[in-house]
Formats: sequence, C-alpha cells, structure tokens
Amino acid sequence: MYVVVAGGGKVGANVARSLLRLGSEVTLIEQRRDRFDRLEEEFEHQVQRGDATEIHVLERAGLARPPDIVLALTGDDEDNMVICQIAKEKYGVPKVIARVNDPRNQAHFDLLGISPTICATSSIMALVEHEVPEHDLIHLLELRKENLEIVEVQIDRDSPSAGKRVEGLDLPEGARLISVMRAGKAEIAVGSTMLEPGDQVLAILEPGKEDELRKVLLHR
Amino acid sequence: MLKALIIGCGRVGSSIALQLQKEGWEVTVVDENEDALSRLGDHWPGVFLVGHGMDVELLREAGIEDADAVVVATDGDNTNLVIGQVAQKRFGIECVVVRVLDPARADFYSARGMRTVCPTKTAIDTLTEAVRACELPVPSRASV
Repeated sequence: MYVVVAGGGKVGANVARSLLRLGSEVTLIEQRRDRFDRLEEEFEHQVQRGDATEIHVLERAGLARPPDIVLALTGDDEDNMVICQIAKEKYGVPKVIARVNDPRNQAHFDLLGISPTICATSSIMALVEHEVPEHDLIHLLELRKENLEIVEVQIDRDSPSAGKRVEGLDLPEGARLISVMRAGKAEIAVGSTMLEPGDQVLAILEPGKEDELRKVLLHR
Repeated sequence: MLKALIIGCGRVGSSIALQLQKEGWEVTVVDENEDALSRLGDHWPGVFLVGHGMDVELLREAGIEDADAVVVATDGDNTNLVIGQVAQKRFGIECVVVRVLDPARADFYSARGMRTVCPTKTAIDTLTEAVRACELPVPSRASV
C-alpha cells in the first residue's frame, strides 16, 4: 500500500511511523524547515519538504501514481480540504482521510464531500458526553462503523421545538429525528409530526453534533 | 442597489470595496483584523465586520444570502478557495470571485467552475510583455 501523509506534526509523524511499521510505503510531506530537519533524521528519503497544497510538491510525492490513500493531517483545515480535493479530483486518488482541527469547520468538509474526517475535539466531546451524560440528551447507541449515534431527548414546555412540526426545525446537517414517544406510544417522526412538551424524541446524528441538536430542540 | 460582500480587507480587498462603493454598490467588508478598517479611509459608508470568512454565522450576518457578488481576497489561497466554494455551494451565489496567488491551483479550480483570478499570472504576463516592449535586438535561439 502506498500512502501519502500531508503534515508532519505530532499526528502526521506518528501516523507515518505506524504505517511504516505495518509495512506500507509512505511519503510524509512537511512544510516547516525546523520540523522537516528533525523528521529527516528519522524518516530520511521518506519525508519531503514543501507545501502539500502545491501541485508540484504533490507530484514530487508521487500523487500521479496515484497513492492508495492520501491523509490530510496538517493543522490547517483549509489546507486539508484543498489537499483532499486535489488528490481526489486531479489525481483520482481512491481514498482520502482528512483531519478536522476546528469542529466548526466540519460543515465545510461535509459540503465539499470530503469524507471520512476525524476531529479530535469532537471525539473528546463525544466521550465526555458519553462518560458524563448531560441528563437532557441521553446516548442510547453508538454505530461506530457508520460514524453515527442515536440519542434521546425530552421536549419540555420551554423548548423552542415544542409546538413545531419536524419539517419546520432547522436541524443541523447530519442529524435526523427518528421517532416520537408520547403517552407510551411511539410514532415514526415525519415532516408533519408535531412536537409537544413531554415528548421523548429519538434522533440519529453524527457524533459531535449534540450541541447543535440540543440548541434546536432544547435551546440549552 | 447591487450588493457586494468583500472578504479580506488587505490592499486588494479594500481597493475593490472602495471602487465598487464608488460605482454605487452597497458594500460589506469582512476582515479578521479590525485595523484593516483604516484601509477603507476615514468615512467608510458601508458595513465593516470583524471575523473570519470561514464562520458561516458571520457570513450570514454580513448578508451573504442577499449578496449579488462575493469577492474573496484574504492572504491565504486555500482559505479563499474554501470560502469561495462555501459561497457558491452553500449559499448559491453565482458571482463569486476568488483571488488565488498560485497559478496551478488557480487553474485547477477554474477548470472546476470557479472564477479564480491569479495576480501572479497577470504579473508574469505583464512583466514578460514589458520586457518584449523594450525592443531589444531579437536573441538568436539557443540550439538544442
């Protein structure tokens, strides 16, 4: 397997090292001179210096072969998005994985069709939520492979969603309501389903979207 | 009145803002640095917002949903390319103009339907033309 890793910080360097240990062929790209010098001692010819969003740097790293996978792991989200777009669309790289540094940029990665992504902040927040659940949003199920989770929320009188139809809610991208439980009876949530105080709502969402969902349904 | 949103108020962004404003546009300018406002002169009649162009809430506040044109001219090529795509794809703005200094990236994204403007390419062409205009004796081609 040939892997190009863009970004030689802690994340990129550790990933590159692990891949090499597994027997992959790896090229690591790092822009900063001080970092590059240190990496070169360890990775020798397997690290190249340059801006991984520049076409000639990518070509020197063998993007035209193309690699089996490109990992965009720099500390800059815009750079990671552009690296993935160029890799996929210019060189036909079959798989890319991007690091999201600022979880607020997740929506931009989604918009540009860059997937899968990995965001340390979101993962940590999901774990915090899982370990110390806020009582207003209960994690019921984690679908790790699908990168989705199912949560339960109780609507109360002050909730901004009470008295609204599902289709009228500004739900975050990557979140859907599944069902509404009222007076012991569950119904599939459809666009015309009206939410009422006391409803227990099941939702499916991408981990890390809890806060956005909470804001729309509960305003907290 | 036509509405323009300018993201990045450096030498380029501020000059475009002033020019469009003079031509009768309603102009809103966004920059990360509040000192950039001084580039718009002492009496900037338009809106000036401090914040990052990647921030969707800020873009909404800046009126991107009603903008007729969006100009993205921060000092980062990749930032400009991403903001430009957000304006195009998320907000459906047709007239999005993006400054990209790297000619290779400018070409790549322009082939994908983005209006990129590459000052580097313009400079190369203009400078080459200026050298030709000196009317020096034509050099004999180096033999291969």
